[in-house]
Amino acid sequence: MLTAEQMGRITTRISHEILEKNPGAPRLAVVGIHTRGAYLGARIHKTLCEIGGHDYDAGAIDISFYRDDVAARGAVGVIPGGTPQPVVQDTDLPFDIDGATVVLVDDVLFTGRTIRAAVDALFDFGRPASVQLAVLVDRGHRELPIRPDYVGKNLPTALQERIAVRVVECDGVDEVVLVRKEG
Amino acid sequence: MPKRDLISMEDLSRGDIELLLDTAESFLPVLERDIKKVPTLRGRTIINLFWEPSPRTSSSYDLAAKRLSADTLVFRGTGTGAGVNVERGEALKDTAITMDAYSPDIIIMRHPSAGACRTLSANTTASVINAGDGMHQDPTQCLLDLFALRQAFGRELKDLKVFIVGDILHSRVARSDVMGFRMLGMDVTLVAPPTLMPRGIEQMGVTVEYDLTNLKDADVVYVLRMDAERAEPGSAYLPSLREYAALWGVSRARLRPGQRVMHPGPINRGAEITADVADDDENLIAHQVFSGLAVRMAVLYRTTVGYSDTSAEEEVL
Repeated sequence: MLTAEQMGRITTRISHEILEKNPGAPRLAVVGIHTRGAYLGARIHKTLCEIGGHDYDAGAIDISFYRDDVAARGAVGVIPGGTPQPVVQDTDLPFDIDGATVVLVDDVLFTGRTIRAAVDALFDFGRPASVQLAVLVDRGHRELPIRPDYVGKNLPTALQERIAVRVVECDGVDEVVLVRKEG
Repeated sequence: MPKRDLISMEDLSRGDIELLLDTAESFLPVLERDIKKVPTLRGRTIINLFWEPSPRTSSSYDLAAKRLSADTLVFRGTGTGAGVNVERGEALKDTAITMDAYSPDIIIMRHPSAGACRTLSANTTASVINAGDGMHQDPTQCLLDLFALRQAFGRELKDLKVFIVGDILHSRVARSDVMGFRMLGMDVTLVAPPTLMPRGIEQMGVTVEYDLTNLKDADVVYVLRMDAERAEPGSAYLPSLREYAALWGVSRARLRPGQRVMHPGPINRGAEITADVADDDENLIAHQVFSGLAVRMAVLYRTTVGYSDTSAEEEVL
């Protein structure tokens, strides 16, 4: 669905859009959502600093402890084709959240529940001035009133389909592919 | 998902142990920030049922549950109250039925009788976590010991040489530790007076010694509490506490520099351990207490969500 080249163009474009939407905001911070959102967030942050000429804050957040389906979940395996993931990853927000403009970054926007959890997690660290959302792929099927501010690509999907975003940092390749869900 | 208990270290695979320790590690940053609480177990009910007085362990569990936003109830039995020790099985069954009225998700129990947690589990829909049952097991003690060891020696504990010294016979901590330490490939030696060494314990893959001659070979010296009652007249285990302290007490003179000392608490100074060793900053005793909180959070979390990987997958959310 997306090649490495297209992914590169998208992160660059989103970086420009972020700067355009937040002119002169000194307290801008990019926070990626683990796992792949964190890598994409780091890329956007890097580009943002280059083109904005400013050393913006960056961080990563893990939402495992904030999920809303702790009860409903049975055993969930590793994503097919993905690498085994560490249990729960570090939430690292090495800056003052209070008053910051935080751009959350995730790979795929689907039901919106991950974002709900990420916003909750963020507010346990402080009170940001505003929170914006950047996603590489918006696949639709929202279950919550959540809307992205920056979208790489809209990919309308069927519910039984699955979007796999792969990034060099943990999958060895940059690509977005459509996979049918087995079972 | 069927309910999952943690009653003995036998309930865990090596992979489960690693996962619990990794999970505990991920709770450390939560414990350091301003809001030391995550909403993971919001709306869950966790009951602490302590038939033996153990304010430290029960508060560690209670705080762990609260840090995960669960609602907690603490029941403290005296251990001598009517209906508790008498006809244990039936009394416990009635307790379980009473507790079930509150629809608990997890019951944490400490009980003076080995096997009590299995009895409880058979009579409740809640998951049961053993916080110590008689001379049988204390799995979270073993997990927190492993966690403290990991903090001190790194993730790879294979071939680490541990000497466990003291009243092995009556110690549930020793039984859990031997199992867990062996599962992670550690080299375990048990040292005790012959009267306090369980027969056949070699079958658990440990070396048995009856004096401290080789203590300096150890990387870690794990000292068990020596209860004064073992030396009381008529007990037949020890002639006197002084004799135990003289022959098996862990003192500075018996240790070499660099050896790390552990103790599950509460310490009986002057009996199994000398004050200077207990007060030494190099020992891991304070680490063990701190590890308890993170490890118990991990156990409560994994008991609820399961022992498989639960990293964020977009297909679920």
